[in-house]
Amino acid sequence: MPVPFETSFAQALLDAERPIPNGVTAHNAADPTRRFAVYRNNVVAGLVRVLKDRFPVVERIVGEEFFGVMARVFVVERPPRSPLLATYGDDFAAFIAAFEPARELVYLADVARLEAARTRAYHAADATPLDADGFAALDAGLVTGIRIDLHPSTEIVRSPHPIVTIWAMNSGEREFAPVEKWHGEDALVIRPYLDVETRVLPPGGTAFLHALAGGLPLGKAADVALADCSEFDLSRNLAGLIGWGLAQEFIVPDSESPC
Amino acid sequence: MSIVANLPARAGVGFKPVHFRDILAAAQPIGFFEVHAENYMGAGGPPHAQLGALRERYALSVHGVGLSIGSMQPLDREHLARLKKLCDRYRPESFSEHLAWSSHGEVYFNDLLPLPYTRQTLARVAEHIDETQTALGRMMLLENPSTYVRIAESTIPEVEFLAEISERTGCRMLLDINNVFVSAKNHGTTPLSYLDSFPLDRVREIHLGGHDEEADDTGAPLLIDTHGSPIANEVWTLYAQVIARTGPIATLIEWDNDVPDWPTLRAEASAAQAILADASRASAA
Repeated sequence: MPVPFETSFAQALLDAERPIPNGVTAHNAADPTRRFAVYRNNVVAGLVRVLKDRFPVVERIVGEEFFGVMARVFVVERPPRSPLLATYGDDFAAFIAAFEPARELVYLADVARLEAARTRAYHAADATPLDADGFAALDAGLVTGIRIDLHPSTEIVRSPHPIVTIWAMNSGEREFAPVEKWHGEDALVIRPYLDVETRVLPPGGTAFLHALAGGLPLGKAADVALADCSEFDLSRNLAGLIGWGLAQEFIVPDSESPC
Repeated sequence: MSIVANLPARAGVGFKPVHFRDILAAAQPIGFFEVHAENYMGAGGPPHAQLGALRERYALSVHGVGLSIGSMQPLDREHLARLKKLCDRYRPESFSEHLAWSSHGEVYFNDLLPLPYTRQTLARVAEHIDETQTALGRMMLLENPSTYVRIAESTIPEVEFLAEISERTGCRMLLDINNVFVSAKNHGTTPLSYLDSFPLDRVREIHLGGHDEEADDTGAPLLIDTHGSPIANEVWTLYAQVIARTGPIATLIEWDNDVPDWPTLRAEASAAQAILADASRASAA
């Protein structure tokens, strides 16, 4: 049985080595290959543009030409599986990590993870963050037992490289300057209202937030964070949690069933 | 009960977030805004905040680009459910999609790809439109495509194909005049002969956009539907001819790439509005 038109057309779109599909013709004597190439180009160039829009700092770091080549390889190897293009490129960072020509830029994949997290935060569900008054109003005796629902836009990206600094310098948020001390930065991405914010988590902050997200009460989450990092400072982390709009809700333990 | 498409018969503009502040800063002489459905399927954030603000102030057209109605594969039910959620939330005056496919197998190609026009594909597309209209509980508009190749197995002229789909399913037409022009040039035919046979009484919206001009390897024109430049003079002329025949119809300026500043876009809409106003005066006279 002959291959259906749509199937042969689809197969030839992302594979420039394949002959153009049977039955694709031109009205004149022209070679239809040039005409079919319009579709090939629309598909590939269009998806490369989607990646450029989502990963502008990665593009800034490697340059337009390098980015274009890298993105084309990604598009052909891993085309989208959904018409929701806001999620396209969630695995671009993993691809970059294994992309041999970019190997010397050891931090590039983590910068891509940060940019992917920023788009997820942009599209995340809306919620109104709690302010400091809500926290101050809690019964001091109950504070260690409370659980904290984190804002739905919360994203954390751990890295052994100073990715927030690199991101900020290349996105125009901070002046270019030599990175004095090459150290790891754990990025916190949060969109409390309409603007996506990118910050560096304080020491132990990642373990603390993961513990809270996992449902541990505040006191136990602080223990976990301290075990992870001896420099963990609870009051500094709490100030960040409230000040950055990370808390969506405080769940006060039921006095009948203390945890 | 099925919701009927009822955009105001005025000039509208494809919404770009970069224009949001300008648009909200004053009342705009714009009949409606159109958005691509797939850009508003996230959970929250600025896209919904902006769309909500626009919706409060203007008529709205939701234009899908990812349903793949022209595919021989079954429709993506999950995607249909997302479209329903979006339409239920914003209650647009119109929902439209394309006579094209964009997904095959597991892959979404992010482009409007051509299908052969045969009895078999006609039946399939009609089923997909029935399914979409039933799922959304509303009448949809179907847009004529711009195409770059001919397909040997096609046996039905495009206009006939569209007219029969519309008759069978009750859907109405979104007539993209730039697409008519681009396809006619690419296939060595004339846009007027296409428009002469088009079911103009079924048209509920018109699209106008810019195209690029390239050439094939014999030097024949190869026009690309890029939506990245002003509308061509020939397309304006065709538009005026159509509107003179039909009377005013909701008309969208589409400018998706190399997006200009808001005043430039608004001026394109004003040019369309002037042609619509001429037609109103002529029909009143």
